[in-house]
Amino acid sequence: MPFGRSKRASMGLPLSKTGVRRGDALFHGAAVAAAALVPVLMAGLFVELAYGSRLSLEKFGFGFLVSAAWNPVTGNYGAASSIYGSLVSTAMALIIAIPLSLFIALFLVELAPPRLARPVSGAIELLAAIPSIIYGMWGLFVLAPFLADHVEPALQAAFGHIPVIRALFAGPPMGIGMLPAGLILALMVLPFTTALMRDVLQLVPPVLKEAAAGMGSTTWEVFRKVMIPYGRRGLIGAGFLGLSRAIGETMAVTFVIGNSHSISASLLASGNTIASTLANEFTEASDPLYLSALIELGLVLLVMTFLFQVAGHLWLSRLGRKTGGGQ
Amino acid sequence: MKKMMPFVIVALVLATTAWAGTTSISGAGATFPYPVYATWAHAYAAQTGVQLNYQSIGSGGGIAQIKAGTVDFGASDAPLTKDKLDASGLVQWPQIMGGVVPVVNIPGIAANQLRLTPTVLARIFLGKVTRWNDPEIAAVNPGLKLPKRSITVVHRADGSGTTWIFTNYLDKVSPEWHHAVGTAKAVAWPAGIGGKGNEGVSAYVQRIRGAIGYVEFAYALQNRMTTVQLQNRSGNWVTATIGSFQAAAANADWAHAPGFYLVLTDQPGQKSWPITGASFILVHTAQRDPAKARAVLEFFNWAFANGDAMAEKLDYVPIPDSVVRLIHQMWAQKIKAGGHAVWTK
Repeated sequence: MPFGRSKRASMGLPLSKTGVRRGDALFHGAAVAAAALVPVLMAGLFVELAYGSRLSLEKFGFGFLVSAAWNPVTGNYGAASSIYGSLVSTAMALIIAIPLSLFIALFLVELAPPRLARPVSGAIELLAAIPSIIYGMWGLFVLAPFLADHVEPALQAAFGHIPVIRALFAGPPMGIGMLPAGLILALMVLPFTTALMRDVLQLVPPVLKEAAAGMGSTTWEVFRKVMIPYGRRGLIGAGFLGLSRAIGETMAVTFVIGNSHSISASLLASGNTIASTLANEFTEASDPLYLSALIELGLVLLVMTFLFQVAGHLWLSRLGRKTGGGQ
Repeated sequence: MKKMMPFVIVALVLATTAWAGTTSISGAGATFPYPVYATWAHAYAAQTGVQLNYQSIGSGGGIAQIKAGTVDFGASDAPLTKDKLDASGLVQWPQIMGGVVPVVNIPGIAANQLRLTPTVLARIFLGKVTRWNDPEIAAVNPGLKLPKRSITVVHRADGSGTTWIFTNYLDKVSPEWHHAVGTAKAVAWPAGIGGKGNEGVSAYVQRIRGAIGYVEFAYALQNRMTTVQLQNRSGNWVTATIGSFQAAAANADWAHAPGFYLVLTDQPGQKSWPITGASFILVHTAQRDPAKARAVLEFFNWAFANGDAMAEKLDYVPIPDSVVRLIHQMWAQKIKAGGHAVWTK
């Protein structure tokens, strides 16, 4: 490589041909090994989970995914309630977090004076540093009573007589269940999506924004018609990062979701997620089939996350072809 | 501060080597007795220098670890049957006892005011009795003003020995429960929400008006929770106290329980608290290292002899002396290293 040699020569270092070659080879090997580690680990994880869940795979087959049974006494297990809870709580988190972080990012990039933007940015990044158990305890001791006393009764009063929507808010307001789980997850996802979206929006070339403004666009129009389309790929990427974070979150959800193996249309009812079921039940699962069913849940989570990532990549590459680039 | 670093490192190295030099015994298992084992271990180390390293990973984990031989003893809240012990070459004995108590949060109802029969308790946890002013509850609580509030059942979300003891009791007293649910460390709960650990259940019960849950006695006391009166097997109304746990333990017939397999729920006796449980220690019958095996037994013997006050302070119930004598006999007969008894006292 000319770079290495000329640099060494210009720095007045002795030129040793074999030394440079050996160093290069070593560097090359180390880089390849480090990069190979990730796919090897992923494959190993998949094989290990599949092997660990063979008992459950054999016994329940495909039915594991659609059965809502979970009975350690009779040894009958199904993943449906956990999968449902993971999907619903993650969807709620994203529905709340993505618009919110988009607006925060816009505020930080376009509207806020630097004096204000910096502390707000810092505060949001601080949110990301809070351990999830703290979110869980806050959810249980602060958020849950507040929801139970004020928010959930208000929701029931507002929607209680509208036919279909009513089902979403049925049941006693306990402050424990899908709603607080979704809210906590939204709060935990927020710093990641906001920071990414801020960085994406900062990359929009000023000349584009100025041109739009020069044509008489308002800030809102610049944001909607120039910045979002320009940064679309990055913004969607931020959403997918939020999704992967929300779907695997464990402790905080376990505290507030109510941990019952049931599927209910009501957001006020308790449920569970794959991650919370694993956190709760792993320690005392001494029966081999029980353990195997839990490991299969882990396998389901891994496959789900993988499918979401693939879907995300496909979407982004289609978008890339259609718009021909951008961020 | 930087100048201090070498000294800190040297001190750490010395401390770890000193620790490695003394005898240490290791165990793993049940979380329920962890506070009392930790207290005993601390006091024992101060007296004898023998260190006990106890990992409270859960009863299931404790059984798996002792079977795999990675620890010197295992601990479990649910006893193993004699067949299972023999199959794995293990023996068990009860080391400490405690009680599980139903706790409620009903506005206007104070501790030990509400009375529940075994049948009503089971029907509440089955989700069949859903309001506090249900005639079944009102029938045994004349004169108590019960609200119309709906009942929220709170159970453990994680697998636990506490759940095992509680469901074992409901299983014994209610045929309905026996058919619908059964006994296990985690069951398919017909109703309610799940909290993680005793602290999770206490938090939910304290937050949700109209809630009923079950926790270890110590948690109910420390959190000043509203306990209830239960009707025991003799038909008497009893409250949860160390005394009523001891009454249940005193009536237990350990001498005729093969392999110390005895569950203390629903014991006879006028004053017996019906949901009492023991926590068990598991060791191998064939020991490789006689010195280590003796160290383990010495520790538990010391705890039987000197640990009662410490246990009672933490709201646990010590094992009666008559049962300790049976345990000593079992040690002498069963636990061997190279064909010789480890326990010769």
